[in-house]
Amino acid sequence: MRQVAIYGKGGIGKSTTTQNLTAGLGEMGKKIMVVGCDPKADSTRLLLGGLAQKTVLDTLREEGEDIELDYIMKKGFANIRCVESGGPEPGVGCAGRGIITSIGMLEQLGAYEADLDYVFYDVLGDVVCGGFAMPIREGKAREIYIVASGELMAMYAANNISKGIQKYANTGGVRLGGIICNSRKVDGEKDLIRAFAKELGSQMIYFVPRDNLVQRAEINKKTVIDYDEKSAQAEEYRMLAKAIDGNDMFVIPQPMKQERLEQLMMEFGMAGI
Amino acid sequence: MLELTPNEYKERKALRINPAKTCQPVGAMYAALGIYECMPHSHGSQGCCSYHRTFLTRHFKDPVMATTSSFTEGSSVFGGGSNLKTAVKNIFEIYKPRVIAVHTTCLSETIGDDIPTIIGQLENVPEGKYVIHTNTPSYVGSHITGYSNMVKSMVKYFSKNTGVSNGKICVIPGFVNPGDMREIKRILKQMGVPFIMFPDTSGVLDSPMTGKFEMYPKGGATVEEMQDAGNSSCVLGLGETAVSAAARLLGKQCKIKEHILGLPIGIEATDDFILKLTEITGKPVPEEIEEERGQLVDIMIDAHPYYDKKTAAIYGDPDTVLGLAEFCFSLGMIPKFLITGTPDPSFEIKGKELFDKFGAKDGFVKHSADLFELHQRLKSDKVDLLIGGTHGKQIARAENIPFLRMGFPILDRYVHPYMPMVGYRGAMRILELLLNVLMDKREADAADEDFELVM
Repeated sequence: MRQVAIYGKGGIGKSTTTQNLTAGLGEMGKKIMVVGCDPKADSTRLLLGGLAQKTVLDTLREEGEDIELDYIMKKGFANIRCVESGGPEPGVGCAGRGIITSIGMLEQLGAYEADLDYVFYDVLGDVVCGGFAMPIREGKAREIYIVASGELMAMYAANNISKGIQKYANTGGVRLGGIICNSRKVDGEKDLIRAFAKELGSQMIYFVPRDNLVQRAEINKKTVIDYDEKSAQAEEYRMLAKAIDGNDMFVIPQPMKQERLEQLMMEFGMAGI
Repeated sequence: MLELTPNEYKERKALRINPAKTCQPVGAMYAALGIYECMPHSHGSQGCCSYHRTFLTRHFKDPVMATTSSFTEGSSVFGGGSNLKTAVKNIFEIYKPRVIAVHTTCLSETIGDDIPTIIGQLENVPEGKYVIHTNTPSYVGSHITGYSNMVKSMVKYFSKNTGVSNGKICVIPGFVNPGDMREIKRILKQMGVPFIMFPDTSGVLDSPMTGKFEMYPKGGATVEEMQDAGNSSCVLGLGETAVSAAARLLGKQCKIKEHILGLPIGIEATDDFILKLTEITGKPVPEEIEEERGQLVDIMIDAHPYYDKKTAAIYGDPDTVLGLAEFCFSLGMIPKFLITGTPDPSFEIKGKELFDKFGAKDGFVKHSADLFELHQRLKSDKVDLLIGGTHGKQIARAENIPFLRMGFPILDRYVHPYMPMVGYRGAMRILELLLNVLMDKREADAADEDFELVM
């Protein structure tokens, strides 16, 4: 079983990418569980055809601790098992602790005992505190992919996340599997991310081009593969799934200084202008 | 004092009044004290550590040593990693323990401090010394959960199967007094069974006054014993709620057979314990043990008129309550209420099995409950005897019920940590104390003409 965590800047398309990617893997016949680690609980919407999922924490709050796995796990597209950890309302409580609680609950209920090929953790925004690093602690997720684009802030976040990974990599054995470029159509994006990933000691595992079809599929509460399986974008996600399935490059990232990051931007972002 | 407790019970979800439990770190700290030369370390703010030490000291009447990461505002923002690293360095330098057993607190759990990673980064752990840890968020479970978690961690960190059997059995006792651990060892020796036992707080929390302060008294399981536990022929866990997790882990990790029993409290559970030992080792029951059992049966028969058909309410830790309840049933008493504060659904299942076994149709059993609820229920359904830790004393006074202090914590009496409640000797002691409170009550209520010299 490969356990994978997806990190990246808020709004970069982690959830969208994760769901389209897992749809691709699901189509290949892989058995997958997706665990949304985001209080917004929208990490499985496209797989389930809407916000159909009751979150682990809501269930805990309403039903108490005596709950069954079926309450909190629903099967979606390609039989992908979907779990939303959920969290407190904005402004109260501790979402990080919520994630620790939900993953503990999943373990206790035996969610990991099924013969899964993949578990994906879709993790909120930046690594903000200990709780959000939960999936990469204690030998859970062993590989991480960071979703980024050619925008400075996305790369800045990716670099920061690499610092977090480095911290846990030395003792925990977690490794960076690569950067997924979710294109924003900025100048020189592909070369920039490729160079950025190389500088981290990693790779750009796939370049996902921008396509409005993704937006249309989202409006229809579907992954692209589900919405329009013959489209070019569906093929892109299949290729991404294949790249991840065949990936064998796992490294401890070497995060860079802010100056170096800005230098890279200058070098590639302004190239050809 | 509790005269105003309303009679009518109302379902409460978000409130516990007079809880029948305490928090996880108390149990973890107690388990850690069952390791020889071990410093329990509380990873959190100072107040947590002080409370847990005080709580244990009040029950055992012996000073309980423990250190703390002394969190500040800064630690709760940036994480407690650097505090723990400095603490470990200082503790090894100043207090020179063999093992530091770290447990977490609500604060470090909420921050999400990753203890294994921090331990992995420690640089100053001297050769042959160890830092182990367990996670003990107080908002989950109870002190029994904390005890269970720390014992599990002892197995996880130390026990290995080297492939050469040591011909011993490994015994893991549940959450009981040092006097009980001592008694379990005495029985094993009487049976002639070679054993390793951990945790073992005998000799630590019931250590003698020698006139000289010892930071680490002679008792406790050694690191070598816990390592060697993996080479045992099998593991026997005593206390299903408190130690089955550790016994199962040892069985799985070291590929040895595991046996799990309840605490050997009372005649039937002690029979089960002794018979299990003969089944495992093939050794016969020695005459001394037969003799003790015979003495117990003799006392039970002699005193029968004074406890027969008396009703009781028992509260406390799951394994202890179930053990005491079974003993009361085998005496011919009628336990009507079994209450634990520890969240443990299996407690209710086992309680109902007991009621069925002894034909007690209207017995009440509840986990995650509190003493306020017990008090309310007792108001409409009075019992002859209340059994549990000190926190029930006001209920006993308000309702004028004889009160037998048994289990944890007992904060207002002495000697109890030294004496057993397990085994046949323990059962004799329970029976003596139980008869004392029942017969004292009878005398206190007796008219002059019924106040007998001989009873």
